Amino acid sequence: MEKRVVFHSAWLPYALVAPQIAITLVFFFWPAAQAVWYSFQLQDAFGTSTEFVWFDNFTALFADGNYLESFQVTALFSVLVAFCGIAISLLLATMADRVLRGAMAYKTLLIWPYAVAPAIAGVLWAFLFAPSIGIVSYVLKGWGIDWNWLLKGDQAMVLVVVASVWKQISYNFLFFLAGLQSIPRSLIEAAAIDGASPFRRFWTIVFPLLSPTTFFLLVVNCVYAFFDTFGVIDATTQGGPGQATNILVYKVYHDGVKATDLGGSSAQSVILMFIVIALTVAQFRFVEKKVQY
Amino acid sequence: MVENRRWLTILSHAILILGVLAIAFPLWVTFVASTHSLEAIMQVPMPLMPGDQLFENYSQVLTAGTNTGSKAAVAQMLVNSTVMALVIPLGKMAISIIASFAIVYFRFPGRMFFFWMIFVTLMLPVEVRIIPTLQVITDLKLNNTYAGLTIPLIASATATFLFRQFFMTIPDELAEAARVDGASPMRFFWDVLIPLSKTTMAALFVIQFIYGWNQYLWPLLVATDESMYTTVIGIKRMIVGSDAANEWNLIMATAILAMLPPALVVMLMQKWFVKGLVETEK
Repeated sequence: MEKRVVFHSAWLPYALVAPQIAITLVFFFWPAAQAVWYSFQLQDAFGTSTEFVWFDNFTALFADGNYLESFQVTALFSVLVAFCGIAISLLLATMADRVLRGAMAYKTLLIWPYAVAPAIAGVLWAFLFAPSIGIVSYVLKGWGIDWNWLLKGDQAMVLVVVASVWKQISYNFLFFLAGLQSIPRSLIEAAAIDGASPFRRFWTIVFPLLSPTTFFLLVVNCVYAFFDTFGVIDATTQGGPGQATNILVYKVYHDGVKATDLGGSSAQSVILMFIVIALTVAQFRFVEKKVQY
Repeated sequence: MVENRRWLTILSHAILILGVLAIAFPLWVTFVASTHSLEAIMQVPMPLMPGDQLFENYSQVLTAGTNTGSKAAVAQMLVNSTVMALVIPLGKMAISIIASFAIVYFRFPGRMFFFWMIFVTLMLPVEVRIIPTLQVITDLKLNNTYAGLTIPLIASATATFLFRQFFMTIPDELAEAARVDGASPMRFFWDVLIPLSKTTMAALFVIQFIYGWNQYLWPLLVATDESMYTTVIGIKRMIVGSDAANEWNLIMATAILAMLPPALVVMLMQKWFVKGLVETEK
């Protein structure tokens, strides 16, 4: 789509785009190019000499058991976050769409966690789940569960998934509610007249019509689990115990900032960049196509 | 409603109330913990009703931080967070509204090239270019400055897109009339586009305010000096161990202070918030 009516000036448009282009060049393109450049280099421990090593950093990464494990951890983490987050918010949105009384109040009370920073969500849940003093840990111990996420990897994973899902439900909820409200009432009414039960109507009419929203949220939740949950991890488990919650983005940070392995960390950044590009392309394809039956 | 099924309506309310309670439970425990002395919340199980240390805890963190962890005053952190939460949205809006004005209302060589240059930044989140970006900041000597905290986060493809999308819906007759009347492009921008864009700006502001307030990784790297900590970073610095070693009552008071401003913005400006959220993702 293009405008029919335009203004003319030889210099004005360049002056108008200049600030954004300048910031983009300095803080996006230059660092991204540097990341690619570093990823082909090997620095010695003191940072005094660098050597161009082509793809050695990448081959070293894929030979590194820790890195491959981090991929698995990230995959498990994103699937859990996306699935739980989407399922719970779809249930809540469907219910909120049904009720007439109090719908606004429910909405207000469900969306506020969007405002909570991921790191704070992590701290809140770390306190609830704190092995010796946490209130949830106390209940779990009452049920005979030996709860200590500082030592047990699977429990640490549960903690970061719960904190991440808790924060993301509000976002998914709003999109599902908007999607549900755009479904024509006449379709539902026709099915009801034909005698379809509410449960049947949901699975045969509502859920298929919601598929564009669901696909969109699937991608958004994956991106969220890949990147935005950095704060949750850093404020709670810091990737541990062992490697149990060491997701890819946390490993980039840990290897680059804490362990100062510039080449290895940059190679990981480059791989992550490709993952983001793939996810972004997937998002645009789905949004364009408007997946529907 | 299609039909009246009493039991189903009751079930809906029950599920919703359960959801609201589950979502609110951590907040309640956080608030309760922030009103007790450390000894009180170290008991197992901790009390679930507010205590009488509210004033003591909050005044302690606001002026002196914690005793065992970071001693930086939270009042200064709230100022820093506010600066980030205001400069980032305002800066983003300022640079992206003029960029989209140029891209929509002018034809010039390199127009599509600039458009794509802005577009691909969507694919480069801060997290994937941490170390080189930090290097740039260090080279420019912007560590521990407000400029270093905010400018790298100001460039935004989403805001540029949102304005572009909105400008495309403005009838051509307006620009035509402005031209016939002999108005300069900048005059049209100030007197027509800016007033029309107010709702878009409000929606964008709410979303970006929360984005700025909640920044974590970037201030963690750039703000290493206590006086530059944001509230979210401050909390992280107060945690010294993962379990009983922390002054949880003070940490939780800080958490409440960190959550309050963005939560209020979301609840009070709900209309703009929902509009901003849905439209920035289109």
